[in-house]
Amino acid sequence: MPPAVGGGPARSELRPRRGRCGPQTARVVGPDETAKPAARSRKRPGWGSRHFEAAGRWALLALVTLLSFATRFHRLDEPPHVCWDETHFGKMGSYYINRTFFFDVHPPLGKMLIGLAGYLSGYDGTFLFQKPGDKYEHHNYMGMRGFCAFLGSLLVPFAYLIVLELSNSLPAALLTAALLTFDTGCLTLSQYILLDPILMFFIMAAMLSMVKHNSCANRPFSAPWWFWLSLTGINLAGALGVKFVGLFIILQVGWNTISDLWHLFGDLSLSVVTVGKHLTARILCLIVLPLTLYTATYAVHFMVLNKSGPGDGFFSSAFQARLSGNNLHNASIPEHLAYGSVITVKNLRMAIGYLHSHRHLYPEGIGARQQQVTTYLHKDYNNLWIIKKHNTNADPLDPSLPVEFVRHGDIIRLEHKETSRNLHSHYHEAPLTRKHYQVTGYGINGTGDSNDFWRIEVVNRKFGNRIKVLRSRIRLIHLVTGCVLGSSGKVLPKWGWEQLEVTCTPYLKETLNSIWNVEDHINPKLPNISLDVLQPSFPEVLLESHMVMIRGNNGLKPKDNEFTSKPWHWPVNYQGLRFSGINDTDFRVYLLGNPVVWWLNLLSIALYLLLGSIIAVAVQRGAHLPAEVEGILWDTLLRLWAWSLASSSLARGLYVVGNLSLLLGTAYSFYLFHPLAYGMVGPLAQDPRSPMAGLRWLESWDF
Amino acid sequence: MLGFLKHPVVVTADINLNVVALTAMGLLSRLWQLSYPRAVVFDEVYYGQYISFYMKRIFFLDGSGPPFGHMLLALGGYLGGFDGNFLWNRIGAEYSSNVPVWSLRLLPALTGALSVPMAYQILSELGFSHCAAMGAALLMLIENALITQSRLMLLESVLIFFNLLAVLSYLKFSNSQKQRPFSPSWWFWLTLTGVACSCAVGVKYVGVFTYLLVLAVAGVHAWHLIGDRSLSNVSVLCHLLARAAALLVVPAAMYLLFFYVHLSLVYRSGPHDQIMSSAFQASLEGGLARITQGQPLEVAYGSQVTLKNVFGKPVPCWLHSHQSTYPMIYENGRGSSHQQQVTCYPFKDVNNWWIVKDPGRHQLVVSNPPRPVRHGDVVQLVHGMTTRFLNTHDVAAPLSPHSQEVSCYVDYNVSMPSQNLWRLDIVNRDSDAGVWKTILSEVRLVHVNTSAVLKLSGAHLPDWGFRQLEVVGEKLSRGYHESTVWNVEEHRYGKSQEQEEREVELHSPTQMDVHRNLSFLARFLELQWRMLTAKSDGSEHKYSSSPLDWVTLDTSIAYWLHPRTSAQIHLLGNVVIWASASLATAVYTLLFFWYLLRRRRKICDLPEDSWLRWVLAGALCAGGWAVNYVPFFLMEKTLFLYHYLPALTFQILLLPVVLQHISDHLCRTQLLRSLFSALLVAWYSCACHVFNTLRPLTYGDKSLSPSELKALRWKDSWDILIRKYQ
Repeated sequence: MPPAVGGGPARSELRPRRGRCGPQTARVVGPDETAKPAARSRKRPGWGSRHFEAAGRWALLALVTLLSFATRFHRLDEPPHVCWDETHFGKMGSYYINRTFFFDVHPPLGKMLIGLAGYLSGYDGTFLFQKPGDKYEHHNYMGMRGFCAFLGSLLVPFAYLIVLELSNSLPAALLTAALLTFDTGCLTLSQYILLDPILMFFIMAAMLSMVKHNSCANRPFSAPWWFWLSLTGINLAGALGVKFVGLFIILQVGWNTISDLWHLFGDLSLSVVTVGKHLTARILCLIVLPLTLYTATYAVHFMVLNKSGPGDGFFSSAFQARLSGNNLHNASIPEHLAYGSVITVKNLRMAIGYLHSHRHLYPEGIGARQQQVTTYLHKDYNNLWIIKKHNTNADPLDPSLPVEFVRHGDIIRLEHKETSRNLHSHYHEAPLTRKHYQVTGYGINGTGDSNDFWRIEVVNRKFGNRIKVLRSRIRLIHLVTGCVLGSSGKVLPKWGWEQLEVTCTPYLKETLNSIWNVEDHINPKLPNISLDVLQPSFPEVLLESHMVMIRGNNGLKPKDNEFTSKPWHWPVNYQGLRFSGINDTDFRVYLLGNPVVWWLNLLSIALYLLLGSIIAVAVQRGAHLPAEVEGILWDTLLRLWAWSLASSSLARGLYVVGNLSLLLGTAYSFYLFHPLAYGMVGPLAQDPRSPMAGLRWLESWDF
Repeated sequence: MLGFLKHPVVVTADINLNVVALTAMGLLSRLWQLSYPRAVVFDEVYYGQYISFYMKRIFFLDGSGPPFGHMLLALGGYLGGFDGNFLWNRIGAEYSSNVPVWSLRLLPALTGALSVPMAYQILSELGFSHCAAMGAALLMLIENALITQSRLMLLESVLIFFNLLAVLSYLKFSNSQKQRPFSPSWWFWLTLTGVACSCAVGVKYVGVFTYLLVLAVAGVHAWHLIGDRSLSNVSVLCHLLARAAALLVVPAAMYLLFFYVHLSLVYRSGPHDQIMSSAFQASLEGGLARITQGQPLEVAYGSQVTLKNVFGKPVPCWLHSHQSTYPMIYENGRGSSHQQQVTCYPFKDVNNWWIVKDPGRHQLVVSNPPRPVRHGDVVQLVHGMTTRFLNTHDVAAPLSPHSQEVSCYVDYNVSMPSQNLWRLDIVNRDSDAGVWKTILSEVRLVHVNTSAVLKLSGAHLPDWGFRQLEVVGEKLSRGYHESTVWNVEEHRYGKSQEQEEREVELHSPTQMDVHRNLSFLARFLELQWRMLTAKSDGSEHKYSSSPLDWVTLDTSIAYWLHPRTSAQIHLLGNVVIWASASLATAVYTLLFFWYLLRRRRKICDLPEDSWLRWVLAGALCAGGWAVNYVPFFLMEKTLFLYHYLPALTFQILLLPVVLQHISDHLCRTQLLRSLFSALLVAWYSCACHVFNTLRPLTYGDKSLSPSELKALRWKDSWDILIRKYQ
């Protein structure tokens, strides 16, 4: 007997193909089918009913779409105030309209689209979106909400088409559409200015085009084949461009593509060249095209946002020179550092900031009671330092003295301009990172002690070279203890104004935390050069903004003592989210999935897993199953993937095909729970007079 | 019947002299001068303290790994007669004469030595030639990093041993599967696989990756078994059940057993008690148990109690109040109620005592018979020393402005009425009429007027609050969080009517007698949970490194330096072996995909059986490397070079596999094959030479001159210690 190693997987790869592209596709494709004239002629008597059926399907699709739009657009203008995260995304939309630069942890496409929708609908970007609950008043917010609701409404027809394509069963598709339409969670999410409807739209669209493309597998390189393939790529770019969780749909499409190619590769009737063509087409449409589009969104992002704004400090000095209104824009400063120069020093690690000091001492019990030295993300006079020689206190700016440049390996002293204290370190433990030394400001009017001496070194350069503004990566090494000046990136408590800790680290490992560059540079004795030469290229900007985003994402961790929802809470609909309003007089909106729909979902997934494994074992034991069962099995597997990866409202029950009573039940539960989504005024749920009285099925729902 | 009497009783023994020789060489290389240096070397300082705890039977909590590894080390100490009296505080400290260094280091050295013949056996079981198997063992033998790590009181070599044992016994099992399923040796190897897996997990959590790998391979094999139509359904079921029992049930039981032994060994209270819950602490001898031993079980109206926060982060603490009031205006300009502060205080103090009062009555003593407080009852909490009532109101808390301030009510006559009624919500109640029990009950205090929940916010108050922890009323009670849950720790029935008497009473220790004990399972769950959530502080170490540095050996760790000479022990790998092992992994991956694609096009370069062998060897060796290496990229703890050693071991096993494959299948002519063999000999001598050159740093027995040390510094990133003045 041939070992099952080789045989088993190969056969299982073949199964989905047969299911999708065999007789079933012929039925779906229907009128387009031209391949088998003989078969067609035999079926000719059925033609009329077929036309009728196709028309019926279109009518149903239209109905589903209409219903979806009706539910999503119903009472869209309520409440007329900022709800939940609208305060972020609405604000960011306004930034695009005002063209001010900002920073966010998500990629720009979603917010750009919101901004565009607002712009087209006549919103002028003047509303501040300060906090949830602010009234919109005369500002036109309906354009942005309408745009999100539009995309949200399209989810339903998409889901309908996907299921129709996969299972080829009309009742199943209708059920899916109904479940999705009547899910209060999706409904609520689609009604506000949020990224989620946009993300879900792209995910669903990618899924749909992938499924459509799969069903074109018997006609490779035809026009629809190309169309759906490239549409998949475009939607992938869209999903990734809205939020990074879009990555998961990419994984799913990737997995589907790989198994597809693997199947083609194993088909010995195809030549290697043909397989190569298939591969190239996939690479072009699913890798090159999305990447290009994704990059293009960033290009637009940087082109639109050309004014200085709240996000400047997160980015490097060279980057800021691009933004008009920033003091580095069109600036000209001396190129080489000289003694007497006034400078600001910026940490190379992103989102750390400038070396900073101020007239506040470290509190008692935390190292020596000397002046604090921190890093600070914003521009401030307290970021200015003067470079002095270690052995004289003479003013190097005295015109009688010649200009003396600072060179790699020199011993220097850094004097804080505002307070005239020297950058100082000593054998005291740093406030937060106990294994490092404390860094303070010390001395009076520049007179300190030998602990104020630092050796300035340029990374990867020879001794004796001059030090360039912005471009030299420098390290400051404390002469007495031999430690390196760095920032740990930890936030100091209240006494340090929540700025970041600066330490002197005895570990000489080269990390970005201990490398700095000189940003502003003022020295009247030196000629200025223009900074334009420093402008970073587009790839550099792209890379940098991704680094900043990743760091920002890592920073979004909840603290220990906070309540957070855990991933296992989501599928069981454990608790909702209060969108707006707390008290009984407020207009309240509460995000909560329709429990009937969600729990049904869980049930069908469990059922699927159970049945799936039973059937898989039976097949492995040699039992013969009807081909259709297998087909459905593998299709559902595909959908299960979607669910587990995207964890959104994708997977809906398939095994409950045609169960109309279920449908009615869903509609009824929607009727019960609809006040949550559309908002309600009046007594809280504990009160029997409330519309939600008795519906608090889980104690954790706090509507 | 009695047929066996017709034949003589014969014992035949196969002794593979290769294995004997390898074992001898392994023992020699690992055990040679084992008790040198007689000083604390690197992480011995860390494991040593736990050994001392075991010797003294004191409870401890170590988040770095399950207790089995620690227990094995302690076993060495026990056999050597160690009494636990040594201060483990400094690397390089000289061991006092009561520390049995040799026996403490013996077990890791033995496991390290046995790994050498096991490498040989694994490759033989995988179906490769004796040459390849010898090669793998000889490479293990001269790998400097493995030698260094096994000669000290550290756990990596033990982990590697159990990893290899798991793989080896699984291979033995699956080879005997073909001939004699359900024979004694089949059972033996199957069970041993499970036992070895659980031991690996018990030594360090990372052992779980090898366990998962073995499980995956076993799963694939079981799947093929299901597909084997020549077996009946019943026998397939038996096979599956046997595997499930040995590979799932046995490890779980073993793991519980480790904890059972651990908890019965360390039964005295010690310095780590504080982290555990009151109930757990009360189950230890001494410590809290001594205080709480005589406490009444049921909290009644008039009880005097201390309330401990169950979450206990950032530090374990008790609900506390004192004479000082909140400052009228905070630094940021917000106002307060100016009432008496309520905080959470991490030390025992007379101000931690509260009296449970019935809102309907005036007395603060327990009536006779005591009226117990039940779930859902409304109570008032009176601060013992100041007799003020615990209160919360719609004023923003000092540091968490979204929550309510909690205070002890002071009547200023400013139209701010007292709101001091709290409803008791027993979280772990048996029934809705459950009684509030000392230590055992976890309760939430829900404010009646505002339905805010008493919560530890985790923030430290500024100087005006004496840096104690902030306590707030949380209005948005989103589900359950441990920081809102409290339990009674110390408890007595109040007897004194007058305040002065009561103060005396509060100062006196509690007594009376009720005995309580926690079940083993509850203790196990709590200990395991605390171990997993224990945070290690200090994410940076002088010798820490990132996983990317490991493959190229761009980092090293100075383990020990002789106090006078420059003899030193350094964790450094054999560069030749590391480089060729990484290369072999890359070659294996490339060849594997090449063959796979060709097979898909029905071009079979390899005969079927050698392809299967090649795949299985790759799944176990390359897979073992990947599962022991890749997860480190996702870990946030401080990482060191020695974390790579388990992965390296698997990589070394893969090296001869690839070499033999090249020689058998890619060298087409005899001439090429001879050339290749000659090359291999040269390469192995090269590895031996490197081993010999680095030997002084591995054993630390020879003091080298500064120039010799400088010559050994082949990479700039190796921090070899060079004394400036000699």
